[in-house]
Amino acid sequence: MYDTGKIIIGLIIFVGFFTSPIWYDVSNGKTALKEPELVLPKLENQKECVGTKQFMRDNHMVLLNDWRNEVVREGEKTYTSYTHKNFNMNLEKTCLNCHSDTKQFCDQCHNYLGESPYCWDCHIENQGPEKK
Amino acid sequence: MDKSRRNFLKIAGIAALGVTADKFVDVHAQDTANKVIKKTIGSGKETVKAKVDRKERLAMVVDLRKCVSQKGCTKCIDACNKTHNIPDFGESKDEIKWIWKEPYENAFLDHENFYLTDEFKNKKVPLFCNNCDNPPCVEVCPTQATFKREDGIVMMDWHRCIGCRYCMAACPYGSRSFNWRDPRPFIKDVNPDFPTRMRGVVEKCIFCEERLAEGLPPACVEACTEKALVFGNLDDPESEVRKLLKDNFSIRRKPGLGTNPEVYYLV
Amino acid sequence: MLEHALKGNKKYWGWLLFLAIIILIGFYFYIKQFNYGLGITGMSRSVSWGLYIAQFTFIVGVAASAVMVVLPYYLHNYKEFSKVTILGEFLAIASVVMCIMFVTVDLGQPFRVANIFLHPTFHSLMFWDVLALSGYLVLNVIITRVTLGAEHKSIKPPKWIRPVIIISIPWAISIHTVTAFLISGLAGRPFWLTAIMAPRFLASAFSAGPALLVVFCLIVKRFTKFDPGNEALKKLGLIITYAMCVNVFFILMEFFTTFYSGIPGDVSHMQYLYFGIDGSTRLVPWMWTSALLVLISLTLLIIPKTRKNHKILFVTCLMVFVSIWLEKGLGLIITGFIPNPFGKVVQYWPTIPETFISVGIWAFGFFLITIFYKIALSVRKEIEI
Repeated sequence: MYDTGKIIIGLIIFVGFFTSPIWYDVSNGKTALKEPELVLPKLENQKECVGTKQFMRDNHMVLLNDWRNEVVREGEKTYTSYTHKNFNMNLEKTCLNCHSDTKQFCDQCHNYLGESPYCWDCHIENQGPEKK
Repeated sequence: MDKSRRNFLKIAGIAALGVTADKFVDVHAQDTANKVIKKTIGSGKETVKAKVDRKERLAMVVDLRKCVSQKGCTKCIDACNKTHNIPDFGESKDEIKWIWKEPYENAFLDHENFYLTDEFKNKKVPLFCNNCDNPPCVEVCPTQATFKREDGIVMMDWHRCIGCRYCMAACPYGSRSFNWRDPRPFIKDVNPDFPTRMRGVVEKCIFCEERLAEGLPPACVEACTEKALVFGNLDDPESEVRKLLKDNFSIRRKPGLGTNPEVYYLV
Repeated sequence: MLEHALKGNKKYWGWLLFLAIIILIGFYFYIKQFNYGLGITGMSRSVSWGLYIAQFTFIVGVAASAVMVVLPYYLHNYKEFSKVTILGEFLAIASVVMCIMFVTVDLGQPFRVANIFLHPTFHSLMFWDVLALSGYLVLNVIITRVTLGAEHKSIKPPKWIRPVIIISIPWAISIHTVTAFLISGLAGRPFWLTAIMAPRFLASAFSAGPALLVVFCLIVKRFTKFDPGNEALKKLGLIITYAMCVNVFFILMEFFTTFYSGIPGDVSHMQYLYFGIDGSTRLVPWMWTSALLVLISLTLLIIPKTRKNHKILFVTCLMVFVSIWLEKGLGLIITGFIPNPFGKVVQYWPTIPETFISVGIWAFGFFLITIFYKIALSVRKEIEI
């Protein structure tokens, strides 16, 4: 191989640069492999969600995407859930009505996976179960 | 380069493309226990009309004879700003305004008249998006982030806007504002019932469509103590707006441009 | 062939390093803009398009100007342009890349740009502009790759490249026309609402683009063994002369319609640009400088002796380029917004970050041109490697 030295050095720099996000997180101590602990606030009456736990785990992003198209672009405000109950397709008024503390619920999984959805740039987070 | 190595790279490239291709295919919820929502796949076939049940042509009538904005009244502006979390940047270039006041001569630029009444020389006219029937902003938006609904409202989809500001260039009325920076720190009282917007998107008055959906009148209409702002359906011959327009002479801003604005001013 | 770009003398690397520094400074300011928002620029609610879109509309013209050398050579077999066509095409590629970069830095939400393709909007000119520009880029990349590749192997290019090159000619006209349509169809902006906006774009492009090409040819001639040929330079000079005449004629036409009809909505923009309104005169000195440069350069172009003298032609072409940059890159877009739709004059001037980002993108364009020309001329062995 020609220029072996330069190539090896170049490869090391490239691999280092490519894996730099990992080193950055390790240096910041963010790689604790703690399972996300989703906490639901204590509610007076057990309300039900718009979908089953498994369905929401798998599809809540798609659901929210569909909702926002339906509400904003189609003017449809009502969603019928699998239990034939009607819900208002509204992130703050429906979803955050129960999952009111985003730090204890939404952020748990999102931080664990390194996901930062930009919902909260516009939609207003409720911090803590007292705020509605 | 050796032929076989070249072929390998070509095949590898195509394979990589194939592996990532599924990201561009819309993946939808397939839980049979749930009601499958009507799909609106963003392929351009999406309708630009909202499936709102009521068939209407919503319009606003501003009675300039009753409006007292020249006396310093800002009730409509304050109500709108509070309801929709409009940031307050002061008089800066970054200002965002959905409803604001301009002197009569500036609001009706093409109605040049050097012999206006004193009342109209000092008049301040409340201006907002005219939600035109033939909106140039909708014509030019490259992503349909602004679109015309069946009820007449020119709606904004803040999820889709890419911030190109073509609509701002196209609007003949200067109704649109852009979020030049993050608006959150500049919002005085956050109204939790309406989202804020993020930096990088264009916004404007949307005739309070979220309030209309709940059966409430627009915020400015509700706030006006002089009852100078009247909102309603032009297609309903019994509506108050139709009656007002039937009985009173009205003007619109720049009607000659063919945009067919739906805000009428009674003089 | 790319390996030719990696071999060069000290001057070559020095020039690239200089450009790289400017590009990095521009990139640094873009990061600041990305984090703060477009408010870091001088744009406002009234003047919502500024330096970035102005540069875009100007450079689109330069991109299309490749057609001015491609058309005579490929369509009419004008052999004298044989050495410069590849340079024109490379200039087109670098220009289109610059256009795309300028539009991207101007977007409020650049990561959502895919929405243009996910939700195609056939009634929006911006959609067609994106298609036209991307198509033109692809066309020119294919053309340069194939023709230069063939030269490199000392064989004739394949037959199928000829229809592709012929397509690029009307396509070049179309990217301009579409960009002009972007602004000339807006009823609310009377300064741009003119039927001759697209012809004006074409005329200024066919002046500024070949002028830049001439400047580049003369610079490259100075540093390498490359010689575009006296005939080619003569012809280019002639093209620039005629195009400039048409350009000036069109601008005078605009003056006439605006000022003779006297419609206040139309007059106010032109008045702001050339005379100022109520003391707001920020663009006035620039426009009169442009007018002066146009006058001098047109005189030097029309007189055959000065047109044929390469030293003078160099300066003349620089003047042409700068004057058209002032008129299109500074005057056109910004004035469309002043006065604003309610008659108020809100002035605009680019801020420091905005300027550095723009300069950075220009530097990137020059960077690409340097590399491309290095490759092209090395392939033709007109450079001592």
